[in-house]
Amino acid sequence: MTSLSTSKQPAASGRGSLGSVSLGRKVKDRTVQGLVYLAFLLALVPLVSVLWTVLKNGLGRFDATFFQFSMNGVAGKDAGGGAYHAIVGTLEQVAISTVIAVPIAVLTAVYLVEYGAGGRLARVISFFVDVMTGIPSIVAGLFVLALWLLALQFSFSGFAGALALTILMIPTVVRATEEMLKLVPNDLREASYALGVPRWRTICFVVLPTALPGILTGVMLAVARVMGETAPLLLTIFVTKAINTNPFAGPQASLPTFIWDQAADPNQNSIDRAWAGALVLILIIMLLNLAARLVARRFKPAGR
Amino acid sequence: MSSDTGVETHVGARHRATGRRMSTGRAGDKIFVSAARGSGILVLVIMAAIAIFLIWKAVPALQRNEASFLTAEEWDPNALPPRFGIAQLAFGTVISSLLALVIATPVAIGIALFTCFYAPRRLSAPLSYVVDLLAAVPSIVYGLWGLLLLSRHMEGVSSFLNTALGWIPLFGGDSPGRNSIFTAAVVLAIMILPIISSISREVFVQVPRANVEAALAIGATRWETIRLAVLPYGRSGMIGASMLGLGRAMGETIAVAMVLTFVPGINIHILEDGGSTFAANIAKSFGEASVTGRGALIASGLVLFVITLLVNMAARAVVARRKEFV
Repeated sequence: MTSLSTSKQPAASGRGSLGSVSLGRKVKDRTVQGLVYLAFLLALVPLVSVLWTVLKNGLGRFDATFFQFSMNGVAGKDAGGGAYHAIVGTLEQVAISTVIAVPIAVLTAVYLVEYGAGGRLARVISFFVDVMTGIPSIVAGLFVLALWLLALQFSFSGFAGALALTILMIPTVVRATEEMLKLVPNDLREASYALGVPRWRTICFVVLPTALPGILTGVMLAVARVMGETAPLLLTIFVTKAINTNPFAGPQASLPTFIWDQAADPNQNSIDRAWAGALVLILIIMLLNLAARLVARRFKPAGR
Repeated sequence: MSSDTGVETHVGARHRATGRRMSTGRAGDKIFVSAARGSGILVLVIMAAIAIFLIWKAVPALQRNEASFLTAEEWDPNALPPRFGIAQLAFGTVISSLLALVIATPVAIGIALFTCFYAPRRLSAPLSYVVDLLAAVPSIVYGLWGLLLLSRHMEGVSSFLNTALGWIPLFGGDSPGRNSIFTAAVVLAIMILPIISSISREVFVQVPRANVEAALAIGATRWETIRLAVLPYGRSGMIGASMLGLGRAMGETIAVAMVLTFVPGINIHILEDGGSTFAANIAKSFGEASVTGRGALIASGLVLFVITLLVNMAARAVVARRKEFV
């Protein structure tokens, strides 16, 4: 990283000599410094405010009932009720999408780095992975709606939601894996080839294990990201207030859609449930983020 | 994350130099290569399928539409005959995300400059992690926060802007409210801050040392160094970063849907309640949509898809062009 701290010394020490800085320039320099500090503080305001409000309002319903009961038969104005059905739904949907997305994404990254590098197909794939990163999540939901629910005539289910999340997950994991594979030193590959190890075994047993912590970090960050997605789920899992542990049949709930549902009700009791749901969601996501950082720090890839 | 810039290192050259073929002819190798290539191609297939299926399911609804899809302001696809158009949605989407961009870009670049050049070097990484935490907060939480907390505070800001800048049509109107496009734009601005600042930061880090040292050598202050060496080098990167932010803002659904109150018709006064965007409209109207209604929503999603695709492609192209500038 480039440090500009040296620029301060001539200004301070060389007063009146060759390096002196005129007042106007100094004022400008200080003003910009102030503005830059202000920009950073400005970014902290919403972060602190969001976290604080969620914590303050969420703790009210952060109790045992919340984790043990669903909203089945609970009206918006009633106290009680919980997010058990939503938590189960979220965990199942995210697990399914991880299981589908990670192999596809890792293999794609392997192709991009190990096989196709520089080729035309790899360039095209790489470009479209970038484009895919920018797909609005609601469009992923609409796609699953059009393909899975309208064209193939399946009904709303947790699995349909998982399919939508998969589309959002693939590009993130591809990019993370790609970066990690590029960090694996070429010596390792060549040493393996020199021993007569076939290429696929080199990749599976030398390259991928070396990059594994980094890939794991990328996967965890991707999981944390899709866990908070609401829009695609609204279109694919529909809404239910009851517990449905089968992700393959019938509408399922999820934490984000639970929050959306509860926040739409003007009763204070359901607003409180929405905040508690937000708190649970943020806690899970922050834990995943933290775990990802720890994994990344603990096992730095060799040869960095 | 460095993946966002689309910067490729030159592994291609390395592999070509070794001149290794993809497969040694062994069965395991062949299978593995096809699996890897197949996954890559699957990504392309998914992208193509998204376009194909959205078009396929949108066309019947469009054919039944009695109004002009591009210019009509109303959205009644469930009525008989169905009448719907995207004028209002397009207006809301463009104005809210542009406004978000105007608010977010200077702050985000300030943050990037802060973490790169002003913060103590040891704190630089943790501080940028703090900013990245903004990206970890899910949009539904921003929506909840925007709806229940921010919108209350925005009422005062809106009426202040209305009295001070009311002569500008955009800020005009009689009744500045809390659930306006302006409030939505502020929430969007917060949400796109981290992506713009993290990409700008990456570009700033890559500024050649020689450029910076040359500026310092002629006696430039810190700001002058940034103006002379850093900003010119990072210009295309910053433009690309803010365009990526724009694409993200346009596609953002839930936060906007929660903050906005739907009022039919284009309203140029963005401080007043009302307005809608492509994505927010889909999330809000899906629940009671009929068959034609779903088709209409898919059609509007298709438009959103195309717009974000173009914005993102342009952004990638701009970011990639930086490589040619040294």
